[in-house]
Amino acid sequence: MKVGVIVFPGSNCDRDMYHVLTDVFNLKAKFFWHEKNLPKNIDAVVLPGGFSYGDRLRAGVIAANSPIISDIKKMAEKGIPILGVCNGFQILVEAGLLPGVLLKNESLNFMCEWTNLIVKNNKTPFTNKLKLNQKIPIPIANGEGRYYVDKKTLNRLKINNQIVFSYENKVNGSVSQIAGVCNSDGNVVGMMPHPERAAEKEINQIDHKPSSLIFESLIQTIGVKN
Amino acid sequence: MTDYVVSVIIENKPGISDPEGDTILNDLVLKGKNRNIKKIHSGTILKFLISEKNEKTAKDKVMKICDEMRIYNPLVSKITATVGNVNRC
Repeated sequence: MKVGVIVFPGSNCDRDMYHVLTDVFNLKAKFFWHEKNLPKNIDAVVLPGGFSYGDRLRAGVIAANSPIISDIKKMAEKGIPILGVCNGFQILVEAGLLPGVLLKNESLNFMCEWTNLIVKNNKTPFTNKLKLNQKIPIPIANGEGRYYVDKKTLNRLKINNQIVFSYENKVNGSVSQIAGVCNSDGNVVGMMPHPERAAEKEINQIDHKPSSLIFESLIQTIGVKN
Repeated sequence: MTDYVVSVIIENKPGISDPEGDTILNDLVLKGKNRNIKKIHSGTILKFLISEKNEKTAKDKVMKICDEMRIYNPLVSKITATVGNVNRC
C-alpha cells in the first residue's frame, strides 16, 4: 500500500504532506519527481501545495503539462484516489481532471489565515469518515484560490454532488463559497485549504480531529489498518 | 521566412470580475481628474517572436499554440493577437 506524493519544481508542501502521511498516519509514501513515470502499485496519489514553476502564466498550468500527469490521468480513470491540495488543486483543474478554474483572490492578496470548511460531500475517498456539514478548522495559504465555474457547470456540480467542501464564510470570492470539488466519479478531489497543516494537535490548537479524518478516510478507502 | 512578433493579450471574458482593473480604476485613476474613464481591464501580454512565411501564418500558428497549450483558460479568458514586424515591436 503506497501513496505517491508528486513533486514539481516549486512544490513546497511535499515534505509536510509526506510527514503527515508517514509519521502521523503510518502510511507508506514515496516522492515522485514530475518527469518520472508512476509505478502501477500506487494506491493513492497526492499533489501537494506550493508554487510549481513559480506560478508563471497561471498557477498550475505548466505543471499540468508535466510527463507524470498522463499517468495520473490513467490512474484517475481507474478510480484510484487522487487528492490535490492548493497548488495541487490548481494543477488538477488545469489538467482537466477537475472542473472549474482558480482565479486570483478577490482581494488580490495572498491569504494566509485560518478558516472553517463545511463538508458537503462525505462519499469521497477523502471524506467518508466525516459527517455531512461537519465543520473543519483549517488554514488557507494562497493567492489564486477563488474558485470559478459558470452557472451551467455549477448546477451540474450540485446535481452530481461534486462540491466537497465550502467555506463557512465568504473568504475569497469563490462561487458558492466553494473550497473543494471532486470529479464526477468522486475519486479525484481538489481543495484549496491545507489538511496537512491541521491534522496534528501540536499545530492545530482549535481542533485537529476533522482534518485527521481526511487522512483516515483515505486509510479506510485503501484498506490499511492504522 | 521572415521574423514576426505576434503580441497576444490575455484578458478576462465579460462577466468575469477583474479586481485588478477595478482597483486601478477606482483607487488610482478616478482619484485624479479622469472622470471620463469608465472602465479598465487588466490583462497579460505575451510576445512571440516567430519565423513564418507571412503575417497570417504567423498569427495562425501562435493562436493554435495558445489553444493547444492552454496559454489562456477559455473558461474565463479570451485572447486577441496582433502581428508586427520585428523592427517595429
